Amino acid sequence: MTPTTLTEKMQLTFTDEGFAAFLETLNEPEWLTEIRKSAWERFKELPWPSNRDEEWMRTDIRLFHLEKFFIPSARGEVVSGTPVLADGVELVGSAASCDGVATGASQFDSAMADKGVIFGAISELLEEHGELIRKHLFQVVDGLADRFAALHQATWTSGIFLYVPRNVCVENPIHTFSTMTDGGSDFTHTLIVLEEGAEATVLAESNNANDAVGLHCGAIEIVVGDRGNLRYVNLQDWSQKVWHFAHQRAVIGQDSNLQWTVGALGSRLAKVNQHVSLKGKRGNCQVNGVMFTENKQHLSYHTLQHHEKPDCTSDFLYKGALQDQSRTVWRGMIKVDVEAQQTDGYQRNDNLLLSSKARADSIPGLEIEADDVRCTHGSTSGRVDEELIFYAQCRGFTRKEAIRAIVTGFFQQVFDRVTIESVREALALAISRRVRDYE
Amino acid sequence: MSDVLKIVDLHVSIGDKEILRGVNLSMTEGETHALMGPNGSGKSTLGLAIMGHPNYNCTQGEILLNGENILELEPNERARAGIFMAFQRPVAIPGVKMADFLRHATTNVRNPERKEGEDLIPMREFRKEIKANMEQLQMDSEFARRYVNDGFSGGEMKRAEILQLAMLQPKFAILDETDSGLDADAVRLASQSINEIGHNKMGLLIITHHDKLLEHNPPNFTHVILGGRIVETGGKELAEELHAHGYDRIRKQYPEAAKVNDESEAEAEAVV
Repeated sequence: MTPTTLTEKMQLTFTDEGFAAFLETLNEPEWLTEIRKSAWERFKELPWPSNRDEEWMRTDIRLFHLEKFFIPSARGEVVSGTPVLADGVELVGSAASCDGVATGASQFDSAMADKGVIFGAISELLEEHGELIRKHLFQVVDGLADRFAALHQATWTSGIFLYVPRNVCVENPIHTFSTMTDGGSDFTHTLIVLEEGAEATVLAESNNANDAVGLHCGAIEIVVGDRGNLRYVNLQDWSQKVWHFAHQRAVIGQDSNLQWTVGALGSRLAKVNQHVSLKGKRGNCQVNGVMFTENKQHLSYHTLQHHEKPDCTSDFLYKGALQDQSRTVWRGMIKVDVEAQQTDGYQRNDNLLLSSKARADSIPGLEIEADDVRCTHGSTSGRVDEELIFYAQCRGFTRKEAIRAIVTGFFQQVFDRVTIESVREALALAISRRVRDYE
Repeated sequence: MSDVLKIVDLHVSIGDKEILRGVNLSMTEGETHALMGPNGSGKSTLGLAIMGHPNYNCTQGEILLNGENILELEPNERARAGIFMAFQRPVAIPGVKMADFLRHATTNVRNPERKEGEDLIPMREFRKEIKANMEQLQMDSEFARRYVNDGFSGGEMKRAEILQLAMLQPKFAILDETDSGLDADAVRLASQSINEIGHNKMGLLIITHHDKLLEHNPPNFTHVILGGRIVETGGKELAEELHAHGYDRIRKQYPEAAKVNDESEAEAEAVV
């Protein structure tokens, strides 16, 4: 059963009454209701994070007021939005939501379904695949980690579930898109499970109209089984009036590969925890992050690459360009357990400051308990080199064209790692549109 | 009428340090000029000042292209007016492919009125042209896909500069030690290429320490710069004299300029 369409008057607030009424609109099994209820209690107990918390000391959310938003529900007219990642891509499946409510049925290639692949809205799949979902849902992310995580676990809607059975390869990508109306909320939950030897590509993106106010409080859970191979792309391009809070975690098995590409372009303020756990030998994870901020945007990304087993590699590269008075915080951590010998861990964050008022905080970190590992990290932050601008100008580029070329080139080094053409193009286009005159 | 690039009483400072102290030089299209001088004399400074480097402050004098002062023009406007410099040590632009860079550059220089965002020259035409030029310079076709000067060897960098010279076809080109750091074969190739591309066509201002480049591109004029001034101008025999005997005679003959030169060189070393 799909949630009832509510009118404006019936919007549910984040209160006990609102939460109780929200549960009424769902037709979920008991175990799931319990997950929501316990999270709601936890939400009420926990304080909002403050600048006394290490993770939040650079990220000020005092202007965030939850009471201005409502529990996700259809708010009248559905917005179709403008996805960009799937341009020219042959898809095997797709799903879209607005304000956390599915817009139309998800599409999925029946040949894939015949092979046992499951894809669609969690709410639609609960009846048939309840036990499978139960096995993984909120088992990867800690839904009680902080107040936002608990809020998400209590009131998430429009969950997407992808399940790929053993040794099945889903060759063409799956696309998911979320959008919001002005004043809307998006509490999307993503659950991707690849069994042993399974392969898939998922392109996920979110955006909404310029100047539309909104709240995203989401979570992503990824499980890649032994010898599995997942390419996951996550393009966040909300309006600059959206608050974006997310907990994202992947757990990957032995001899598996995860390529995770992150485009962080939108939102007024974003606070994201991205965590990859390498839980089997010879697992390999590559993260490619692209951040571009302008105006007064504040993007705070906290990555953790956790090596739990020997012989794994992890390679995290985040590049950011900052315009106007915008600000980014990148805090990276490589954690290597005592058992995880022969770890090869790499993390790097490079920032290009396109304005004297922009600020990038870059805090790499290592926590290594094993004694035979190779872990390297680094970060740079600086202005566009005037010598490069001059050189390009000597070849006829205007100053603006020179800066655009240099900034695009700066990101090209990340794009070179991305193996999906539509993603490279969408990111490059989004960035070149944003680059303005350099002060 | 032939194009003329004329430098009149040019004074250039970096910060509050004066490097050029009144340089006069006039070049006509088709002429080759050698600019020679010891380290610290101001050779590269002259080139960078002509191109309009933001750190090089022209405090006095003029640079005239066909009678029009270009000192107020941006470097890209000077490039589009037909002035080029091959850099001694060109910077790398990571992530920008040589081919994309050159296509954009070629478009802008050939269509000086082009506005940002307007079409680039057609890919097919451009490819054909760059391919021919690269073959002439014995460059691997893979080169066009590499990032501008990124990880280039010394020789590759110089060849890339000559490739740009060939594509942009300027009226005047300053070649700043385009033959340095190369082995004998590479010097010969560079010298021949420059001869084919520009000799007797463009106005060439060749800054060099070697004789090979000038053997292939015999200068109509040789200028000796010392202490930020051109102290002597002669024909190609002057270049030959300096190659054979160095700057001792020049230093003795122009002791004041030599003193200025030594001071600025000492200062530069102190900074390093």
